[in-house]
Amino acid sequence: MNINRRFQYFSIGLIWVWLGIFACIPILLVLATSLLSHNVDTDFIQLHLTLQNYIALIDTVYLKIFLHSFYLSGTVTILCLVLGYPFAYILARMDEKIRGILLLLVIIPFWTSSLIRTYAIVILLKAKGILNAFLIYLGFIHQPLQLLYTNTAVLIGLVYTLLPFMILPLYANIEKLDTELLDAARDLGASRLRMFFKIILPLTWPGILAGCMLVFLPAMSMFYIPDLLGGAKSMLVGNLIEDQFLAAHNWPSGAAVSIMLTLLMGLLLGIYWYTASVDTKNKKEPTFL
Amino acid sequence: MNRITRLAYLGAIYLFFYFPILILIIYSFNDSAYSMVWHGTSTQWYRELVKDTDLQVIALHSLTVGVLAATFATIMGTLTAVALYRYNFTGKKLLRALIFILIVSPDIVMAISLLILFSTLKISLGFWTLLLSHITFCIPFVVVTVFSRMVGFDRNIFEAARDLGATDFQIFRRIFVPMLWPAIIAGWLLSFTLSLDDVIISYFVTGPDYQILPLQIFSMVRLGVTPEVNALCSVMFGLTLIIVFSAQFVLRKKQ
Repeated sequence: MNINRRFQYFSIGLIWVWLGIFACIPILLVLATSLLSHNVDTDFIQLHLTLQNYIALIDTVYLKIFLHSFYLSGTVTILCLVLGYPFAYILARMDEKIRGILLLLVIIPFWTSSLIRTYAIVILLKAKGILNAFLIYLGFIHQPLQLLYTNTAVLIGLVYTLLPFMILPLYANIEKLDTELLDAARDLGASRLRMFFKIILPLTWPGILAGCMLVFLPAMSMFYIPDLLGGAKSMLVGNLIEDQFLAAHNWPSGAAVSIMLTLLMGLLLGIYWYTASVDTKNKKEPTFL
Repeated sequence: MNRITRLAYLGAIYLFFYFPILILIIYSFNDSAYSMVWHGTSTQWYRELVKDTDLQVIALHSLTVGVLAATFATIMGTLTAVALYRYNFTGKKLLRALIFILIVSPDIVMAISLLILFSTLKISLGFWTLLLSHITFCIPFVVVTVFSRMVGFDRNIFEAARDLGATDFQIFRRIFVPMLWPAIIAGWLLSFTLSLDDVIISYFVTGPDYQILPLQIFSMVRLGVTPEVNALCSVMFGLTLIIVFSAQFVLRKKQ
């Protein structure tokens, strides 16, 4: 075999073998596990094929958790979009000199441990924490508010943790926006609103979708945020999976929930790829994602 | 929107990002066991941190896994990025799609799928399972970081090298690696922070004998706050800051 071929086969083979063993086979194992049944007496998995784990998901308790999780993650996604879009837009239009440093200030929270950031929110929202002390000092309230261990706290925590994941893809997209198009539209007498809906929004659509995906999916699975901020009340899909695996020891049921989460991701990816492929037809150089 | 409103908006969001962390750091210097009442400045909690030998072992675990995972992920990720750039092979699109999927897929799905894999193979949870998992979730980020650096490369260079008799490995070693060096270092640093900060995947794939920092912080926060956590989190934040700055520095240099 030619020495060049050997190097080529080595690099391609290595990654395929690795991802095959640690990404493809594992997800197939999850699928297989989700079709097995759980023996309540021995806490072991039984080799007995069944769809019971999926049928059980229609159970009201599971359905409630799913819907609650959807609602919460959806709210988080919309909040991040509403807060993040103007931010990314202003940032992309800033002077080039200070833009680098401003962008770095968004990248830092992006890479900082979300656990530490969640803990910072815990400190802020405590009954004897800064926020309550501040509100009492201003005279808005007289008794400390119960902020921690509420749904609002989970919402704040998720938005706080995931906002950079919305801003960065939006920024990447808005920065590439051709401002000459906007100048032309303005010259031709388009109103600001019309410019936004007819030019800016369609052109930044892939960024919006990528951002929403990067916020929505983690928002459903970051089980430690409700754990630390929400008490027992708010459960996400992530908490449900954690619970089924580590507390109830019902792996087949947890696997079935994970498969549902994976399918949801597949759906979002499908929409994203469809939109992105329509979009790249007009571009010369495709980027990696 | 006028300029003032714009700057005020940016300022408000930055305040939202940094205010909680600032409070955390300030309180790590609080001279009180009840962490919320201010009793003057002290470095007591940092001294306790240094004295805590259990914590030192855990920190060493985190650093070991972080360095090893980042190194292996960087080697494999760089080879993959170069292969994706240079070669046409069957399944190339599939490989790119798979890497993208791994980046967006929820951590918890990867966590339980690896847990099921290790339990099927009867590998006991601990150092090795943790390392293998961390390498796996770091690879896609290295591939993307390195690959995005190659956009705009002059392909003639590689043709010239080949005409002059260089083998593919020599081209990789002598041309790609030096040209990609900033992206490779950035990829390593980013992998290292990912590994150092990961909670969800590590939570499922490590055993009780091999604890790491994020899980230790998680259980400390859950069990009730000792001010030591504030100090530990501040140190971790400082470390992230240094890493992000270095990564940005090498990436920006001679772009």
